[in-house]
Amino acid sequence: MKLTGGQIVCESLLMEGVDVVFGIPGGAILPLYGTFSQYPQLRHILTRHEEGASMAADAYARITGKVGVCMATSGPGATNLVTGIATAQMDSVPLVAITGQVARPAIGKDAFQETDVTGITLPVTKHNYLVMSADEIAPAIKEAFYIANTGRPGPVLVDIPRDVFQETAEFIYPETVDLPGYKPVMDGHPSQVRRAAQLINEAKRPLILAGHGVIISRAYRELQEMAEKAQIPVITTLLGRSAFPDAHVLFVGMPGMHGVAYASLAIDEADLVIGLGMRFDDRIVGRVSDFAPNAKVIHVDVDPAEIGKNVHTDVPVVGDLARVLRQLNPLVEQTTRVEWLQRMDQLKKDHPSLRIRDTNKLLPQQVVHDLCEVTDGNAIVVTGVGQHQMWAAQHYACREANSFITSGGLGSMGYEVPAAMGAQVARPDRTVWSICGDGGFQMTMSELATIAENNLPVKFAIFNNGYLGMVRQWQEFFYRKDYYATHYTGNPDFVKLADAFGIKGIRVTERSQSLDAIREAMAHPGPVVVDFVVEEEENVYPMIPAGMSTAELLEEPHMEEARW
Amino acid sequence: MVDQEQHTIVALVQDKPGVLNRVASMFRRRGFNISSLAVGRSETIGFSRMTFVVDGDLATVDQVTKQLYKLIDVVKVSDISEEDVVLRELALIKVRTTPSTRPEILQLAEIFRSSIVDVSSDSIILEVTGDVEKVDSLIRILRPFGIREVMRTGRVGLMRGMSKSLALEAAGRPGRPVGRGGAV
Repeated sequence: MKLTGGQIVCESLLMEGVDVVFGIPGGAILPLYGTFSQYPQLRHILTRHEEGASMAADAYARITGKVGVCMATSGPGATNLVTGIATAQMDSVPLVAITGQVARPAIGKDAFQETDVTGITLPVTKHNYLVMSADEIAPAIKEAFYIANTGRPGPVLVDIPRDVFQETAEFIYPETVDLPGYKPVMDGHPSQVRRAAQLINEAKRPLILAGHGVIISRAYRELQEMAEKAQIPVITTLLGRSAFPDAHVLFVGMPGMHGVAYASLAIDEADLVIGLGMRFDDRIVGRVSDFAPNAKVIHVDVDPAEIGKNVHTDVPVVGDLARVLRQLNPLVEQTTRVEWLQRMDQLKKDHPSLRIRDTNKLLPQQVVHDLCEVTDGNAIVVTGVGQHQMWAAQHYACREANSFITSGGLGSMGYEVPAAMGAQVARPDRTVWSICGDGGFQMTMSELATIAENNLPVKFAIFNNGYLGMVRQWQEFFYRKDYYATHYTGNPDFVKLADAFGIKGIRVTERSQSLDAIREAMAHPGPVVVDFVVEEEENVYPMIPAGMSTAELLEEPHMEEARW
Repeated sequence: MVDQEQHTIVALVQDKPGVLNRVASMFRRRGFNISSLAVGRSETIGFSRMTFVVDGDLATVDQVTKQLYKLIDVVKVSDISEEDVVLRELALIKVRTTPSTRPEILQLAEIFRSSIVDVSSDSIILEVTGDVEKVDSLIRILRPFGIREVMRTGRVGLMRGMSKSLALEAAGRPGRPVGRGGAV
């Protein structure tokens, strides 16, 4: 039977098991939206800005492991998706973006709302398509979903001209894809796996650096098995938070720029670093020549291009992490490593990071601590980017895997609002706390309307310090306290703002109100915005300034009110 | 770059709209330096070959190779710098002539086994094929006569001896390319 291009898109999405899409219609994509009413199985969530759609779809994908889907019209609609698409690309998130394009005869004529969207998104997608006839739609969508969620996941954009949605074609959904240039390696090469096992068995002071790949590959059990069997301490990257239980005796913490000091110092002392599903990002490595100076490096990643990109690797293993660990674990010898683990304990004692100083002031770290206490570590935590993100990563001890959702690679401020929405859509049964900066929140707070409209019970904790806090911290440390353009002097009243959206608002200004406010928010069935008016000039410690090493590590000042 | 090595890389790519843009964009974005690039159809319909000459040390070239592989439309990448290969470049050179210089230029053309493809009253066009050094030295020798224009193809390369056709192998499966890779 012949279907229109619009119907073919919907049929193809159903074939891929899609149940929700985030988007905003417009002229060029209207013929597709015209078919949605025939497909009530596809839930469409109308966001208030296309960036909200791409970021919500991104978080939905992170939580479910399924491909997130977002849609926008041509021109400004599509360009508004871009920050969310780039966020997904940097953090390896499976996303399919479908954009309307001007009609075929108008392409290249600078038509109304025309932009070269495949050109614009070329460097921030895993792949993209411009579909020039209706019979190409189904194969393009099939390939898009396949590429997005195999190998190293990533976003794929499918751009479809308005008249292609209207054209009819026979709907045949392909069963397989034919991509001679795309064959992700899933199993580790046996001899590389053996070499890796040998290095692990010979090591005296091994360390695991566990990244986002553990979560993407759902390799929690395999990681824990390796760590326990060979008694290897586990460091998790920012995106690896919640990949390994915080309460586990082998858990060390997060290393790098704002990681715990003992994690970074442990990397200095290690004789073997085992990178699992991570990419030796500059925020972790710092000065490359000083990174892990005493260690050999094993690097397991599904993307061969990550091997040797940032640091020298002694034994690379390319493959899906869970599969590689299942190959590797039987070859790893059971051992105790008493001395090394004692050394780790000593490092923790000598460099006690993350202490919260005793004060009546409302400290942001204390708020994270309180959130963790009230939720018992069981919430899905979504963050924005900046100081609050680091405090959340440092102080929220997730109990459940894959519960810490953050824009790690691109560092997209504003992610916290739409991503919390996407996470809540993905898991209506779980409590979602969005830890927001007052800066980021104001970038995407229009999505509060979407949240209210869909009655999504997201809880927002705004860490309101009236500053672009992380930028202010850099100004304090590196630019002689020249707080130029970082102080918000005209912030809205966030409680009244929430009220305007029909959302419950609570303000917290005192340390003593924090726990009660969090409990009140939890008890409320709908969405809540809690405005925590926190200390203005609190800094994130420890800190290793960009491009430096543990030699330049700044631990927190020990005295009350002391400033570096 | 400290290390000024050059590597010759050959890539077999699917012949889709925008594939050249994808490849060029990757080089630009990651700061890799191409000193020569040639593209053309391969022995199999639907596949093209690209020859790159890349400046950089082994680590850089390793990254170039891996990043090329990451592109969905790229099927096979080989660094043929250390292999037994034939590398050739073609150049068209338009030189100013006068009645007195013409015989000398024709003689030089013959020495370089280049052919004269156009003659006019005050210039001739030479076509020369060879490795880069040969083309460079012909241009150098002709320069005093007054070179009007030079057009070079960039290097193309093939490995010597029998080897299987990767393009045929890649194409030897059912199905066909779908969609349009990029809008160019």
